[in-house]
Amino acid sequence: MTLFFAILFYFAAAVFVGGLAYKIVDFARTPSPLSIPTTPAPTSAPGVAFRMFREVVFFESLFKGNLWIWAMGAAFHFGLALVLFRHLRYFTEPVPFVVAVSQPFGIYAGFMMAAGLAGLWARRLLVERIRYISTVSDHLMLVLLLVIAATGLGMKFLFHTDVVGVKAFFLGLMSFDIQPLPAHPGLYIHLGAVALLLIVFPYSKLLHAPGIFFSPTRNMADDPRETRHLASWAAQLEKN
Amino acid sequence: MAGPELKAPALREYPTAPALQPDAMAGLKCYVANEKIQEPLGFPGKLADNWQDTHDRVIGRMGELLKKYCSFKVFMDACVHCGACADKCHYFLGSGDPKNMPVARQDLMRSVYRRYFTPTGKMFPSLVGARDLTPEVLDEWYSYYWQCSECRRCSVFCPYGIDTAEITMVGRELLNYAGYGQKYLNEIIGKVHRVGNNLGLPGPALRDTLDGLEEDVKEDTGVDVKYPLDEKGAEVLLITPSADFFAEPHIDSTIGYGKVFHAAGISWTFSSLASEAGNFGMFIGNYDQLRKIALRIREAALDLGVKRIVVGECGHAWRVAYAFWNTLTGVGAGGKDPFAIELQKQLDPRFKQPSHICEVTWDLIQQGRLKFDKSANDHRVITFHDSCNVARASRMGDYPGGQFDIPRNIVRAVANKFHDMAEDTIGEKTFCCGGGGGVLTDELMDIRVKGALPRMEALQRVVDDHGVNFMATICAICKAQFTKVLPYYGFKSGMVGGVHQLVSTAIKLGNEQ
Ligand code: SF4
Ligand code: SF4
Repeated sequence: MTLFFAILFYFAAAVFVGGLAYKIVDFARTPSPLSIPTTPAPTSAPGVAFRMFREVVFFESLFKGNLWIWAMGAAFHFGLALVLFRHLRYFTEPVPFVVAVSQPFGIYAGFMMAAGLAGLWARRLLVERIRYISTVSDHLMLVLLLVIAATGLGMKFLFHTDVVGVKAFFLGLMSFDIQPLPAHPGLYIHLGAVALLLIVFPYSKLLHAPGIFFSPTRNMADDPRETRHLASWAAQLEKN
Repeated sequence: MAGPELKAPALREYPTAPALQPDAMAGLKCYVANEKIQEPLGFPGKLADNWQDTHDRVIGRMGELLKKYCSFKVFMDACVHCGACADKCHYFLGSGDPKNMPVARQDLMRSVYRRYFTPTGKMFPSLVGARDLTPEVLDEWYSYYWQCSECRRCSVFCPYGIDTAEITMVGRELLNYAGYGQKYLNEIIGKVHRVGNNLGLPGPALRDTLDGLEEDVKEDTGVDVKYPLDEKGAEVLLITPSADFFAEPHIDSTIGYGKVFHAAGISWTFSSLASEAGNFGMFIGNYDQLRKIALRIREAALDLGVKRIVVGECGHAWRVAYAFWNTLTGVGAGGKDPFAIELQKQLDPRFKQPSHICEVTWDLIQQGRLKFDKSANDHRVITFHDSCNVARASRMGDYPGGQFDIPRNIVRAVANKFHDMAEDTIGEKTFCCGGGGGVLTDELMDIRVKGALPRMEALQRVVDDHGVNFMATICAICKAQFTKVLPYYGFKSGMVGGVHQLVSTAIKLGNEQ
């Protein structure tokens, strides 16, 4: 099992990093030939940075759009962010002070994350118009995340695993010195689901994470009268 | 389909998302362009006899667009199906057809994108909602991409800024590439190339119309207000939608433009070469057409030697002028290449190029160069309808949101009675009139009437609460659409008019006692 998970994680990490890098480069290389920010929009680069900050941290547009989705989406994403931060302790030795301090909060965050996910799934199942637009993969993605959250919380509160061993395994992975992974079915499910998530990330709607930074309606400044935007393929047209 | 038997949906007291009525609008199909219309624009005349050819053409073009437009690529990938946009489209609110939910409209395209351009869609199509491109899919595109007014309301609420208008433009571009164009728009685009404007009014007819206007104004006011055409050396070139030359109520705003320039003592002219501000190339998402149509403006400006370019009351035209002209034609500032510099050194850098007529009028008002008798508008209780393309795709003045304040400031400066409609139906959240983006054709009357529902509900409220009897707007399409659609909801069609119609009523031309 140790070897299986070691290979799985190397593979997942490679797909995640490689796939995501490919996508990001692809997004970055594709031009926006016309100025299309959704207005009112900031007129300068710092303004755009601030708008982007508000979108990424506060989900500003979603807040305008739908309070329920916003609340549950925020609970999930902030929960996830804290949980991820807390998990840094498995990858660092010595554990940085802030990560150590975050440990108790991370646990609450785990519940917040699970509650947010459950709420989002309930909406998908119960609200007619959202059920209509949901694909099988939309449901499966939520299931996958819920499995990750539930097994994680389960190992914290019900079926403890040898966290010291888990840490040794991951530190080992990072230095290409493979250490035994504690045998624990909950842990296997947890890690398997995480690996799967990493693998599908670059080919799924999880691309919303890098995507927002490349969304022309949000990342362009409202300055078309002062600046001449010209994509290279569009500039070619002026030559003839 | 159009006609008296067409019924408007009932106004609702508490507007909420409607129950889904699958395929309620599935049968709606506007007239298809024939070969004579398609070919001069460089599109295939009709669908290929062999489906595989059509299929390859569409998928091939889709691949090209994915490389040319970051918006298309990112929007295809980033949607999480959260549903925040689902109940934001006026066509969904009015029809209940789930495919008129913005996300579902995108999915008509996304499903095909996933099948041909993503590994998950290639391997597990049913899991991720991917599907092959079939003749049925193409028909579905034709139906639903002509039930979107490219109003961008959905993009305001999407956490990733996904703008369904961009997807609709791609859809229409692909349909054109398949030889499956829409008659209404493509026929008009042909007219612009041949005659110079959407209505096909040749230069002499324009001069006649303007002569008639001069006589009318003289009779009305006793003042010789000029409506010049092709006058070399004028300071301002005014580009306005061609409907402004003869349609009701558009013409009343045209009269207003002339009075403003007259009262301020600014020399100006129309151009017969560029007698159209509208640019339907945007609606079909075709960069070449968009550019070709816009280049007429550049040509006219260089030819007439004007110092300023001003745009009349038109929503999508202002978007094209404000946001795209600098890119397409060099009308603007900041250009560093010879093409742009040639024009930009001629234009007066003290003014924004191009300027909206409302920016011009508001500046003059602030400088005290225009005088009004506000009581002349006292028979009107006014509200203002923000047009989508002005609200969500452009700006006026120096700060974001100026596009909301400036027209209202003008209305308040020329009239005493003004009331805004509900907060969530104006400004950046404004509802489309229901006729924008290339659906202003009679065969689509059913969806036009249904799409007007949210605006009509908001209007009814200010009519009831404040006795509003005039809805001002600054868009030729809004004016044409409301004139037709208001009666379906029990309002008078004369209720809609332009901001410069109000200016025209109240402005003092200097001959008063
Ligand atoms: S752009 Fe406007 S008409 Fe089109 S889907 Fe979005 S809200 Fe509806
Ligand atoms: S709001 Fe944006 S992410 Fe959510 S369903 Fe609509 S388009 Fe997709």
